[in-house]
Amino acid sequence: MIEIEDVHKSFGLLEVIKGVTMNVARGEVVSVIGGSGSGKSTLLMCVNGLEPINSGRILVDGTVVHARETDLNKLRTKIGIVFQQWNAFPHLTVLENVMLAPRKVLGKSRQDAEAVAVERLTHVGLADKLKVYPSKLSGGQQQRMAIARALAMSPDYMLLDEVTSALDPQLVGEVLDTLRLLSSEGMTMIVVTHEIRFARDVSNRVAFFHQGRIHEIGPPEQVIGSPRQPETMAFLKSVL
Amino acid sequence: MLAGCIVTIEVAVLSIIIGIAFGVLLALARMGRKDVWSWVANAWIEVARNTPALFQIYLAYFGLGSLGLHISSFLALLAGITFNNAGYLAETFRGGLRAIPGTQIRAARSLGMTAGQGFRLVVLPQLIRVVYYPITNQMILAVLMTALGLTVGLDSDLAGVTQRFNVLTYRTFEYFSVAAVLYYLVAKILLAAARLLAFRLFRY
Amino acid sequence: MFNASISPNDILFMLRGAGVTLLLTFWAVLGGTLLGVAFGLLRATAPGWPSYALGTLLDVFRSVPLLIQLILATAFAPIAGLDWQPFTVACLVLAVYASAYCTEIVRGSILAVPLSTRRAARSLGLTWWDDLTVIVFPIALRVGLPSWMNLALGLMKDSALVLWLGIIELLRSSQIVVTRTQEPLLVLMIAGTIYFLISFPIARLGTWFETRWQVHD
Repeated sequence: MIEIEDVHKSFGLLEVIKGVTMNVARGEVVSVIGGSGSGKSTLLMCVNGLEPINSGRILVDGTVVHARETDLNKLRTKIGIVFQQWNAFPHLTVLENVMLAPRKVLGKSRQDAEAVAVERLTHVGLADKLKVYPSKLSGGQQQRMAIARALAMSPDYMLLDEVTSALDPQLVGEVLDTLRLLSSEGMTMIVVTHEIRFARDVSNRVAFFHQGRIHEIGPPEQVIGSPRQPETMAFLKSVL
Repeated sequence: MLAGCIVTIEVAVLSIIIGIAFGVLLALARMGRKDVWSWVANAWIEVARNTPALFQIYLAYFGLGSLGLHISSFLALLAGITFNNAGYLAETFRGGLRAIPGTQIRAARSLGMTAGQGFRLVVLPQLIRVVYYPITNQMILAVLMTALGLTVGLDSDLAGVTQRFNVLTYRTFEYFSVAAVLYYLVAKILLAAARLLAFRLFRY
Repeated sequence: MFNASISPNDILFMLRGAGVTLLLTFWAVLGGTLLGVAFGLLRATAPGWPSYALGTLLDVFRSVPLLIQLILATAFAPIAGLDWQPFTVACLVLAVYASAYCTEIVRGSILAVPLSTRRAARSLGLTWWDDLTVIVFPIALRVGLPSWMNLALGLMKDSALVLWLGIIELLRSSQIVVTRTQEPLLVLMIAGTIYFLISFPIARLGTWFETRWQVHD
């Protein structure tokens, strides 16, 4: 379970998260929607400790993320994150990209790591690209590789940060299909997205972010179907 | 004269290898905290880049001599060229590190890698590729710089051997033409070897 | 041996040497740039075997030590029946040497201008010549100027090698002062400082151009 309790976060003088509280239960898919610069992506970075926070706290399975005694590297093996810019490692093949962390962080043998990597890559539909370098892949393929790379750590949680925003429109579908597959398998996910239709179809709950706060959170039928806040209505109107 | 080629290659390759080691240290010192070491690195880099290589060799040969530290012309040449290489390579490494986006480290950390693992497994292999061609260029320049050994009386390298023959026979043009051809071949062979190695090394 | 110290005359002598260094640099840069621009244009705009042959020829000057080139030219001049001063030979060798580097800078800068930009210019009805002078040159100049400044500084430093021909430039003049005063370290320090004072500000200016123009890309 991920528990976010009254988190505040500033970059210099600019406060981007102004007191956010939110829980995500095991097996749940929560979509976070909202305009650019509303702090949604920053929140994900905070959840796995890539960004420090100013106050409040975040717990993952009862472990306080920003506590001094927390072993972040160990914690991060439980939390997969995929970025808007997929950040493929250009010097490694697709297979090596996915095998790297299981071998070096989890200490798996080459055979074990390879077996897992092939399995995950097959899962995201890249079984025929194992020996290829990322530069030879399309954006959608690189993004699916990044998803497989995170999945190879067998995480309990997946954080997805606008994973389709940098893709050409015709490539968005293949990545969303991969995410649908994950949610149907019961993966716990926080999905920051601009794809409202996807959020409506896949999520258990949708959170609407506005100016560093959650303005509305609830089942998709409610937040997207019949929003109560004027800001939510205005936002949905502008993107749909 | 072929034996002279070997000495020339020896000096060039040694000066590059030691130069890389010092270059890395200088780059790290320059990027690190503002302390005595960053000051030393700055001074080294700027002097290496803003004075003639010949001056640097003179400094090693005549300058150190007046401090009571007399070194052979071979060592003076090696020290001078290494000093020069290190200064230029330090800037190459600094630029190379900047060329690798910070998001790569972030992606590595998000997979649970330590900062050290992220640098060793993700940043370093990419850095090696970025700086590889500048290093081979610097190596060719080092080959050309070895001819400066002549001015401090080195007589075992290609230029020195040529000069020895020249003094005996006064056939300056003939002997130095042969030397020029040999320098050209040495430069091209080293370059070809470096390209071949790159072909094996970088497949992406 | 009496303890001779460095006199104001010695400093003046070295400054005169620095003047010779700068004069050499000036002629080398001037000649090298004129030749380099012509060759570079040829290399960039007229592909095919002449351009390739020129490239290979100029590459020779970048693959043979400058000192060897200077010695060869000095030995060759009398053979060819030319009664040239060492200074003239030095300027010529340095200029040709510079042109070999300048050609690649010019060629690289011109080729760095994206084809789409040139197509856009031509699509607006600009002629080949207009495209070259109004669009390509201004962009290429920004790309190439920092490298060109580095080349000029490199020549200033490389010009020290002409001391082998007996020309009294900065480094040779300091050697002469060393012979008189027997204070190599101190005298060399002064010479190094003069080199540094000439080179460092220009190098900084080059870096400044580079960063300034990158921002506006």
